[in-house]
Amino acid sequence: MSGLRLDHGGRMDRRRPVSFSFDGATYQGFAGDTLASALLANGVMLFGRSFKYHRPRGLLGAGSEEPNALVSVSRGPGRHTPNLRATGVEVYDGLVATSQHRWPSLKTDLGAINDRLGMFFPAGFYNKTFMWPRSFWDKLYEPVIRRMAGLGEAPSEEDPDHYAATYAHCDLLIVGAGPAGIDAALEASGTAKRVILIDEQDEAGGGALADPALWPWLQESLKDLAAAPNITVLRRTTAFGYYHDNFIGAVERLTDHLAQIGDGAREKLWRIRAGEVILAQGAIERPLVFAGNDVPGVMLASAARTYLHRYGVAVGKSVALVAAHDSGWQDVFALARAGVIVAAIIEVRDRVAAALLAEAEVLGIPVKLGHSVIDVHGRLAVKGITIARNDHSGAARITCDALLMAGGWTPCVHLWSHSKGSLAWDDALGAYVPDQPNEKVRCVGACSGKWNFGSGLVIDALPTPRDQHRIKAFVDFQNDVTAKDITLAVREGFKSIEHIKRYTTTGMATDQGKTSNLNGLQIASQALGRHVTEVGLTTFRPPYTPQTFGALAGHAKDDLFQPTRKTAIDGWAEEHGAVFELVAQWRRARYFPQAGEDMLAAVNRECRAVRSAVGIFDASTLGKIEVVGPDAAEFLNRMYTNPWKALEPGRCRYGLLLKEDGFITDDGVSARLAPDRFHLTTTTGGAARVLNTMEDYLQTEWPDLDVWLTSTTEQWAVIALQGPLARKLLEPLVAGIDLAGDAFPHMAIREGTVCGVPARLFRVSFTGELGFEINVPAAYGRALWERLMTDGAACGITPYGTEAMHVLRAEKGFIIVGQDTDGTVTPNDAGLDWAVGKKKPDFVGRRSLSRPDIVAPGRKQLVGLLTDDPAVVLEEGAQIVADPAQSIPMKMIGHVTSAYWSETLGRSIALALVAGGHARLGETLYLPMPGQVVRAKVSGMVFFDPAGARLNV
Amino acid sequence: MLLIHCPYCDQQRAEIEFAYAGEAHIARPLDPAAMSDEDWARYLFIRSNPRGRHHERWRHIHGCGRFFNAVRDTATDKFEATYQAGKPRR
Ligand SMILES: [Zn+2]
Repeated sequence: MSGLRLDHGGRMDRRRPVSFSFDGATYQGFAGDTLASALLANGVMLFGRSFKYHRPRGLLGAGSEEPNALVSVSRGPGRHTPNLRATGVEVYDGLVATSQHRWPSLKTDLGAINDRLGMFFPAGFYNKTFMWPRSFWDKLYEPVIRRMAGLGEAPSEEDPDHYAATYAHCDLLIVGAGPAGIDAALEASGTAKRVILIDEQDEAGGGALADPALWPWLQESLKDLAAAPNITVLRRTTAFGYYHDNFIGAVERLTDHLAQIGDGAREKLWRIRAGEVILAQGAIERPLVFAGNDVPGVMLASAARTYLHRYGVAVGKSVALVAAHDSGWQDVFALARAGVIVAAIIEVRDRVAAALLAEAEVLGIPVKLGHSVIDVHGRLAVKGITIARNDHSGAARITCDALLMAGGWTPCVHLWSHSKGSLAWDDALGAYVPDQPNEKVRCVGACSGKWNFGSGLVIDALPTPRDQHRIKAFVDFQNDVTAKDITLAVREGFKSIEHIKRYTTTGMATDQGKTSNLNGLQIASQALGRHVTEVGLTTFRPPYTPQTFGALAGHAKDDLFQPTRKTAIDGWAEEHGAVFELVAQWRRARYFPQAGEDMLAAVNRECRAVRSAVGIFDASTLGKIEVVGPDAAEFLNRMYTNPWKALEPGRCRYGLLLKEDGFITDDGVSARLAPDRFHLTTTTGGAARVLNTMEDYLQTEWPDLDVWLTSTTEQWAVIALQGPLARKLLEPLVAGIDLAGDAFPHMAIREGTVCGVPARLFRVSFTGELGFEINVPAAYGRALWERLMTDGAACGITPYGTEAMHVLRAEKGFIIVGQDTDGTVTPNDAGLDWAVGKKKPDFVGRRSLSRPDIVAPGRKQLVGLLTDDPAVVLEEGAQIVADPAQSIPMKMIGHVTSAYWSETLGRSIALALVAGGHARLGETLYLPMPGQVVRAKVSGMVFFDPAGARLNV
Repeated sequence: MLLIHCPYCDQQRAEIEFAYAGEAHIARPLDPAAMSDEDWARYLFIRSNPRGRHHERWRHIHGCGRFFNAVRDTATDKFEATYQAGKPRR
């Protein structure tokens, strides 16, 4: 116990005490505290265990750079958030937080054995150790690694929260509401610019929050900003990524800090497009690298000052400072003035400014120039330190309960780097600073390298008389990477920082090396004997700090994940118990089970009705394109494989669409309504793609053609009436069209009225039965459907779904593009040579049909498959072999694309793509399945009514 | 998310309104039947894939619907120009 709350100071509200728990124990804090400051005020120094060695860890910092103090916050089922930085968790009444990486408890952690076995965990440990033997992975390595490693635990329940998202546009976006960011906003307050000022903390002010002298200025400035109508200030909002053209992603946390959460969104994703961006992200203090620099109680000097001034918390009763930079001196001066004992200033440099020495003397602080800390005593908390002169002489022990580090400053160039702005090395700062912008952006304040913190020494690791290879001097606290790991990587031959980073994992934790990158770079540079700029620089990538998946997903989940398209008849299907399936974004009725029926029973009944009486089917989802213009026929002739120019108005044609590479991409029956007007249909899933492709050719290859394309998919409701009684049912409802077989033959279209509604009536069949597809304006779809159901009751009309439709079409050998084809199937492969216009000189894909690969023997071709046992229905996707006795892995020669029980035929049927399939008619092939090998004979694709007698009636 | 200038709408719009459509200035041969297998395969499959200036097609699919050409630097993602289909290569 060393931290304590002072009886004055701080910005939290001492009139509003809150009670919270950490690892099961209850503590008191104040509104305005973070979990870090409140626990520190209660004397808690131990916050977690480290990732690899399970070493006890406390707070290193006070802000979002914190690598050690990762906690989980739980507030009910599904509301468990791991890996939160305690420095960013605002306390509220009832907050429940737990530490991570400890088992069974934070103080007694069995994983800490890793620490004592440290010599067995060198850089590249995972790469080196867990490679062999393979069989050890499943039973030993993986379970052990899983329990020992990993950051936090993901919640297992569904997230009950919802998340908002918005777009915002502004002329000026300022990231960071510290003094520099606030000044920039004030400067814009008198202008007409729309300004957004973003800050990740609960309170705007940044560094000014830890400097009481600036508080009056801060208060005035925030008042002015609030009064400026053109300025929006977003607090608790993290700009996590900077993307192209000044597009910034930010997440605003709306409820995580509240004791009571209502119905509102938990977080809000802001997608901001800014005319200009000002980055005022500040700078992050650098730790120093020495043995024991991770013992709880060793922290950044600036953090101690923040805890003091912002939260009224002393990080210790007697603190020491180890400094290579002036700023740390000022920090301990502030502590000393607040009554904290400063046991000593250990300054690495031999000389510092006289003013600093004078001030130290006034405050009675002992100063050791030219010294370094060579050891830290205590395991769960600092008990003291050992120091020595930099020439290794004069080792001495100092008692203290906290040790502050002042290693200099690193400009926070994360977002600048996301935007691909270049960086320049500044030798005096020992840091990279922003150089040339790549967007309309500039950096102001400390993140541009301009600060008034004083100067310092740039150093890699502190001098020590001890064997560098036997001490743990941490560089990356979150990933447990030591100076020794980096020098070892260099000894093993790694020269580029990108490789050193991946080998040692330095900078690869969730903090992206905010406190470690520059120290790692310096150590690598020393070990390589090359200047830092020759070692390279790793790239910062979004997100700046970890964000929730919920915020990124926003509204796009559950029902709002994607639109569900519904036909005009969908409501009827739902009311009549349809089981639905999604086809592309359409919701389609798959089958209509009656009481007691499973899918097979329902589908069999639906198929029987179509073959024996009449079935009714909602085909509205078919893609539809109206093609109009004097060159419409010429255009279709170029797009489709078959000839279109000679097609007479009133007639339909099956059209096959290839890509230029010769492979089938879509198909559908289309009709010519007039010399200059066609009604095209496409597959349900292919409609948008086909229209896009046609537009592409029309706009860019043949702009001379006078043709207009219009998507009419949603304009028409399409009802398919299929079955021997279809004509009888429809005839009384139709006006202006003679339905007689010779007047209105198969593959014809007529326009007239159905039930008085203007209709395009197709005589087409995807079932092999006499059939009509009635197109009426979508608004009339359901009324017409209901009328047909009423009128058809006497002749046994039966609604059928997509499953029966699939069975019926498979019985006839009609393919489904995308199921029986996969983007590598040519018309010949699919047995559709008849649909290719041999005399046409050109159409999309024609040239490819004579490419060597396309005409080579052995291509996979579509055939029928009949199982020897008619009761066995094959599985779609099942692999086919010619010889089941061969050794594994077998040579697979094809796979099943469609397989059903055919109620019509009283046996199973299947379609399959088989190498050289057309030449294998009658051959027996084998399908090795779990528990059995199924035998099947290759057949033709048409299983039912091959002559088409049932169509032409 | 990029900002893209549609040369038909003459407006700078967000990338989500557009669809990428591959390399530009690859005209469909006028007489494919007269081409060798190699030349046809080159037309089908071979693209320049440069690091740097790339001529490419976009479609303002959620706007005016027009295909147009653009010059974009593939390393920086900066658009140098966009221009209407059929206009000479920039
Ligand atoms: Zn446009």
